[in-house]
Amino acid sequence: MNTQLFIQLVVNGLIIGCLYGVVGMCFVLIYKASQVVNFAQGEFLLIGAWTCWWLLTYWQIPFFWGFLVSLAFMMLFGLALQVVVLRPLIGEPVISVIMVTIGLSIFFQALMKWMFGTFAQPFPPIFSVQKVNVLGLQVQTAYLMSTGVSLAIMAGFAWFFKYSRMGLAMRATAFNQQVAQSLGISVRQVFALSWGISAAVSAVAGVVVGIVNGVSSALSFFGIKVFPAVILGGLDSVLGAVVGGLIIGVLENVAHYFDSQFLKWGNLYEIVPFYVLIVILMIKPYGLFGTRDIERV
Amino acid sequence: MALTTMRPCGDFRSSYRADQTIFATRLTFLSVVAGIALAACAPLVLNNYYLSLMIQIGYLGIAALGLNILVGFSGQISIGHAVFFGFGGFASAFLANHGIPVPVAIVLAGVWTTAVGLLFGIPAARVKGLYLAIATLAAQFILQDFFVRAEWFTGGTHGAMAPAFEIFGYDMSGDQRYFYVVLVFVVVMYLFATNLMRTRDGRALIAVRDHYLSAEMMGVNLTKYRTMAFGISSFYAGIGGALYAHYIGFMSVEGLDILFSIQFLAMIIIGGLGSVMGSLLGTIFMVLLPEVTQALASALQGSAIDKALSLKDGVTYMREMLIGAVIILFLIFEPDGLAHRWRQIKAYWKLYPFSY
Repeated sequence: MNTQLFIQLVVNGLIIGCLYGVVGMCFVLIYKASQVVNFAQGEFLLIGAWTCWWLLTYWQIPFFWGFLVSLAFMMLFGLALQVVVLRPLIGEPVISVIMVTIGLSIFFQALMKWMFGTFAQPFPPIFSVQKVNVLGLQVQTAYLMSTGVSLAIMAGFAWFFKYSRMGLAMRATAFNQQVAQSLGISVRQVFALSWGISAAVSAVAGVVVGIVNGVSSALSFFGIKVFPAVILGGLDSVLGAVVGGLIIGVLENVAHYFDSQFLKWGNLYEIVPFYVLIVILMIKPYGLFGTRDIERV
Repeated sequence: MALTTMRPCGDFRSSYRADQTIFATRLTFLSVVAGIALAACAPLVLNNYYLSLMIQIGYLGIAALGLNILVGFSGQISIGHAVFFGFGGFASAFLANHGIPVPVAIVLAGVWTTAVGLLFGIPAARVKGLYLAIATLAAQFILQDFFVRAEWFTGGTHGAMAPAFEIFGYDMSGDQRYFYVVLVFVVVMYLFATNLMRTRDGRALIAVRDHYLSAEMMGVNLTKYRTMAFGISSFYAGIGGALYAHYIGFMSVEGLDILFSIQFLAMIIIGGLGSVMGSLLGTIFMVLLPEVTQALASALQGSAIDKALSLKDGVTYMREMLIGAVIILFLIFEPDGLAHRWRQIKAYWKLYPFSY
């Protein structure tokens, strides 16, 4: 048994898991606030990363400002998407809403491919040091940054939902829209803002992944990988999304380890989360932390 | 999605039997017969290009109808229809290569796909709506992976050869003859679906869609009908896929990706959820869409727009974007699809001078 490799992979899993957790939180945010299952979450990462990349390479803007501008852009983009596309569909059946987000997903994926091509483009170097030695393990600086950013975002979310006015309004809306409205919360604003925040935060994750792996349409696959994570954690639990993300991240890397060392089946890394997904749906469909929705007839 | 049934004034039904006929009026029956007869003449007049488009509409239309039974009639969503389509193709090729006559192989492939569909439909017994959508998403990736892996069954990445369609020793390959094979399957499958919707099972499916709590209180077994819808839908997908495999003569895992699944969803949304004829209309729309984009792109070749957008390279992406845009626009502006528009046109002419 190759312990060094195993530990390396587990650490990788935790780092990736943090990112899944962040994207999962964004997904849960939209689901909680506006009851929309967003199949276009991965495209938020994609668009955010491409915007940042474009600002950095074509306009030669310093990373910090380019990053901020792309976040602001994604915020507006998310708001606009909610207002233009999702708002007319309030009150329509679940199927229609899901289908619209699927439509958005392939629309923007194709648009990004058309605009920027299908090849992965590397970010201009941002860190002077490429690798750092942490406890005897070689860890890329970008990975460290990604973990830092993810933890910061998680802390930010916790603060936002516990203490900020808008965060409380969102929780109230998630709890009961009518009561929230009668207490003077603008549900329309909450819906729009949840999409804005979700898009902006996803874009952070997109940029981080882009720095590590280069920007390509593969980024949008994050939006699909996030489903096992949020289902495992429970669709309407922010904490669950983080835990689920970490578990899925570690799991796929461990699967990869066993695959490469013993089984030699190939491709387990990609596919294991989906087997997990099916199993969870069969035995515990509301996940670890989700609200059980019990109906009796 | 609400199914609006236009009942113009003067159209009273006084018995259940009259309400449940397959064809509402004699005229509908005659026009369907005329339509089939007209389609049967197609190989005599049309060239191979148009015939291949019609064959494409045929096998995709069968699979789309299956998805419509699942999504439009029983209110569950599936984002993995393409892999069931693919499974049907592989299964039929596999069976035919093992000495089973092709027509039998196609039907058996449908049955086999049903079994696989039921397997992935098990979550449907417990979860619904978006959970199910996510389960089928997982099915999409798992089966896609399985196709690459199971070389004994699919030939792995190389794909599998599918022998030509032969019945009673008579070779039916080639566009001219295969067209009739597809036509027969389309007619049978569409009639079966229309008939299904007037039986107890079909109406139970609709009841589950419209209000599952009420349906269960009235004695409809939710688990049974949800899983059954999955099975029927997979059967249709399997038959469609098998017809595809024997038409092309080759089945490969390429192209069975999630985009293809979404195209099926686009077909039924455009055609109209919960409408048998709508499935066909939507398929026609989706098959003609790339042809029209292609024609548009070649018409604009060399013009300023072409240079600005680099249309030549962008045409595949433009197609994908159009699929997405069409889904979004239809859901916002025409959620009942083309079938609804068609009903309105009919109602308008029926009531012509006094249209209210």
